[in-house]
Amino acid sequence: MSRKISAAALAVLFLFPLLWSAWASVRTPTGFGLENYRRLFTSDNGIRVEHVVNSLTVCALTVGGTLLVATLGGYAFGRFTFPGKNALFLLTLAILMVPYATILIALYVLLEWIGLQDSLIGLSLVLIMFQLPFSIFMMRNAFEAIPKELEESALIDGCTSFGALTRIMLHAVRPGLITVGLFAFLTSWSEFFAPLILLNSTSKFTVMLAVVNMRTASFGAIDYAALEAGVTFMAVPCLLLFLVLQRSYVQGFMSGALRG
Amino acid sequence: MTLLAPARPTVLPSTPPRRKRNKQWIGALYAAPTAFVVGMFFVVPLGLVVWMSLHHWPLLGAPTINAPENYAGLADDELLRSAVWFTLKYTVVVTVLLFVLSFGLALMVQHRRRGVGLLRTAFFLPAAVGFASASLLFLGLLSDEIGPVNRILESVGLLDGYVSWTSGSANTALGSAVVLVLWRFAGFNMLILLTGLQAIPLDVYEAARLDGATRFQIFRRITVPLMRPTIALVLTLMITGSLLAFDQFWILTRGGPDNSTTSLVMVIYREAFIELDLGSAAAISVALLGVLIVFNAIQLGVLRRRS
Repeated sequence: MSRKISAAALAVLFLFPLLWSAWASVRTPTGFGLENYRRLFTSDNGIRVEHVVNSLTVCALTVGGTLLVATLGGYAFGRFTFPGKNALFLLTLAILMVPYATILIALYVLLEWIGLQDSLIGLSLVLIMFQLPFSIFMMRNAFEAIPKELEESALIDGCTSFGALTRIMLHAVRPGLITVGLFAFLTSWSEFFAPLILLNSTSKFTVMLAVVNMRTASFGAIDYAALEAGVTFMAVPCLLLFLVLQRSYVQGFMSGALRG
Repeated sequence: MTLLAPARPTVLPSTPPRRKRNKQWIGALYAAPTAFVVGMFFVVPLGLVVWMSLHHWPLLGAPTINAPENYAGLADDELLRSAVWFTLKYTVVVTVLLFVLSFGLALMVQHRRRGVGLLRTAFFLPAAVGFASASLLFLGLLSDEIGPVNRILESVGLLDGYVSWTSGSANTALGSAVVLVLWRFAGFNMLILLTGLQAIPLDVYEAARLDGATRFQIFRRITVPLMRPTIALVLTLMITGSLLAFDQFWILTRGGPDNSTTSLVMVIYREAFIELDLGSAAAISVALLGVLIVFNAIQLGVLRRRS
C-alpha cells in the first residue's frame, strides 16, 4: 500500500510542472484569461504568424524528407546487397557518436557555401541528417521483418521492385513509419540549438527560437507569464500527438532498442 | 518449346549473375539518398571542422592558415578551463542521480499491474516536451515572480526567506539544472532500462526464488549482470548528453552567476558567434570530439570483452 502511495506521489511530481505551466499560462492578475497569450503573440519579442509558418515548414520538410530517405534507405539495407552497404550503414550510425554541437560550426560554413545559410531548407536538411541513424535503423528492421514471400509474389506478378515497395511493402512497415515520423516531428518542432546556429534573421526564426528569444533578448524584467504561455503553446501539440500515438511509439522504440 | 531448348544452356548460366548485378545496382540506387545526406551533411562537415581548426577563420572575411595556434590558445583560455571542470562535475552529478532515478522508476513499473500503464505514461510524458521548452518551464517554475516552489517550501518549513534558484549562487544554479534534467530525461531512460528488464526470462527469477535468494541478492546477481548491455547503453547516452550540455544552461542560468555554470558547448558557441572566431571554436570542437571518440571506443571495448 505504501508503495502504491509513493508511486502515485512520484507520478504527481512528474506531472506537476506540466499542469502548473498550463495553469500559469491562463492566470492573470485579476483571475483567469487569455491575456498572457495575447502578449505572447503581440509583444515585440514574441511569436509572430511567420514564426508559426516557419516552424510548420521545417516540420513538414523534416518529417517528409526523413520518411522518404529512411524508407528508401531502410529498403536498401533490409532487402538488397550492394557494394559499400556495411560501410554506409556504420557511417550512418556514427552520426550518433558525433553529436550536434561539434559539427554545427562546420555546417554553418558549409551551408553558406551552397547558398543555404539562414534558410529553412538548409536547417531541414541538417535535421534530416540528425534523424537518420535512428530512422534508418528502425526502417531496416521493419523491412527485414517482412516475409520474403510477400515481396516475391509481387515481383512474380510483374511488379518492379519499386512497385512492390509502394504497393505492398509500405503497408507492412506502417508502424515503423509512424514511429520515425513522430520522432522527426517532435525533434523538428522543439529543436533549439540547430536553428539557433543556422538561422540568423528574426523573420526566419522558428517558434522555439522566438519563445526563447523572449527570455534571452529581454534586457529588463522577463515576462514569465507570457513565457509559460509560450511553453504551453509549444508543448500541447507534442503531448497530444504523443498520447494519440503512444502505443506504436513505445512499441517501435522497444523493438529498436532490443535489436540494438 | 523445342525451338527454345537449344538456347537454354547459354541463357541459364548468364542470367543469374546479370540479374544479381542488376539487383545490386538497384539496391545502391535506393541507398543513394542516404549516402548523399550522410556524405554531404556529416562526412564533409566532419572534415571541414578539422580543416577549420587549423586556420584563423573569422566569421566574416577570408580564412588564413595558422596551425597550431588555435590549439595552443586553448591551453591559456581561462574560461575554457573552468568550463571543462564545470562540465565534468555536472556530468558526474547528473549521470549518478539520473541513473539511480531511472533505474528505480523502471523497477517500479516493471510488472504489468493495475495502474502501471498510467505511471509509465506519467514518467515518460516530460520527454515529449522539447528540452528548450522544459528549460523555459523551469525558469518560470523556479522564479520568485510566478513560481510556486519558494512558497511551497516555505509553507512546509524547509525554507526561510527568499532564494533565487537559477541565479542566486553557483550551487543553486547547478541544482536547478540538475533537477530540470532529472525531470525531463528520467522517463526516457526508464523506457530503455525497461526493455532490458523485460528481456530477462521470468523463470530465471523463479529459479532464484526457489533457491531461497533474497530480493537484494536477485537484484545484484541476476538483474544487474543480465542488464549489462542496456546499462552500458544508458550510461553512454547520459555521459555523452551531459558532456554536450547547452540548452539548460543557456536558457535557465545563462551560464551564471559569474560564468560558474558555463558549459563546454557554451564556450564553443561563444567563441564562434560572440568572439566571431570560428577557428578556435572548431579547435575546441575537435578536442571534444576526440574525447568522445576515445570514450566511446573504451566503452565498446569493455562491452565486447564482457560479452
